[in-house]
Amino acid sequence: MLHIINKSPLSGGTLDSCLATATGGDILLIEDAVYAATRGCAVEAKLNQAMGRFKVHVLMPDLEARGLGDRLAEGITPVDFGGFVDLVEANKSCQSWL
Amino acid sequence: MKFGIVINEGPYQHQASDSAYLFAKAALAKGHEVWRVFFYHDGVNNASRLTEPPQDDRNIVARWSKLAEEHKVDLVVCVAAALRRGIKEENLAQGFRISGLGQLVEAGIKCDRLVTFGD
Amino acid sequence: MSDVKKFMFVNRKAPYGTIYALESLEVVLITAAFDQDVSLVFMDDGVYQLKKGQQTKGIETKNFSPAYRALEGYDIEKLYVEREAMEARGLTEEDLLVDVTVLSRAEMGALMDEQDVVLSF
Repeated sequence: MLHIINKSPLSGGTLDSCLATATGGDILLIEDAVYAATRGCAVEAKLNQAMGRFKVHVLMPDLEARGLGDRLAEGITPVDFGGFVDLVEANKSCQSWL
Repeated sequence: MKFGIVINEGPYQHQASDSAYLFAKAALAKGHEVWRVFFYHDGVNNASRLTEPPQDDRNIVARWSKLAEEHKVDLVVCVAAALRRGIKEENLAQGFRISGLGQLVEAGIKCDRLVTFGD
Repeated sequence: MSDVKKFMFVNRKAPYGTIYALESLEVVLITAAFDQDVSLVFMDDGVYQLKKGQQTKGIETKNFSPAYRALEGYDIEKLYVEREAMEARGLTEEDLLVDVTVLSRAEMGALMDEQDVVLSF
């Protein structure tokens, strides 16, 4: 299953809820959630820990727009909108954690 | 593959409509079908033809209209949500139509994937 | 039968502060007419939607919480509440308007995996 997150990990509990609830699969960080994919972000360790269960992707155009295109944390796969489409296609279902 | 898209936020205020549009465009470029885009909550404001963004900004509403025309994408605005927010036939942009929530459920049934963009 | 899909509605937002809870409920009621397999999930602040005793007179807003009680009449009987979210808010099943199945986070995650269509508002 694909879990799409669009909230900053530092201003709400959405990423935490997803990590605590979802059994595994793909996570895609878009919009303000892309901050979670940056080196030195406070959630880096938490996300690293989750990587055993999840494969974590980030929507690069959103990261680049926010001036952090060169700060991608290790282990996170960059995708463009085409890659976003591929992830939706590859998973049987998807959930946007609004 | 047949995609359905749900948009829950209005244009400009939130990135949801932009993300949804770029997703739709990428899906079409890959040869997928975007069967329906359903506008709900404040998302119904994406259908207002009274929108006038500054010249140097993207025209979110016109962009959807163009996508609908070029790729036969069905743009459906929820009637209940639209009436609450003053979106009616008379100010509806080209390519959009107003209909019931059943159209959202139908998209869930008919499409291979349904992707929601919101807040 | 091939047209019956598993629909899950995920409610993670509190009522009244925003319109999402109310309009989400409207979708759920419509979905009932399509004979699909519908589950309603309340997680995080969404649990507050089900709190008994909502009095909205003072904010001049319609109290839509009685509609959750009507769901049964629409054959929507799969209501799930996340245990951790409920407990974190100082609530128990006694505080809720309707009968629900309380699931742990892990059980909730497994239920999500079974769905064909997940709609969150």
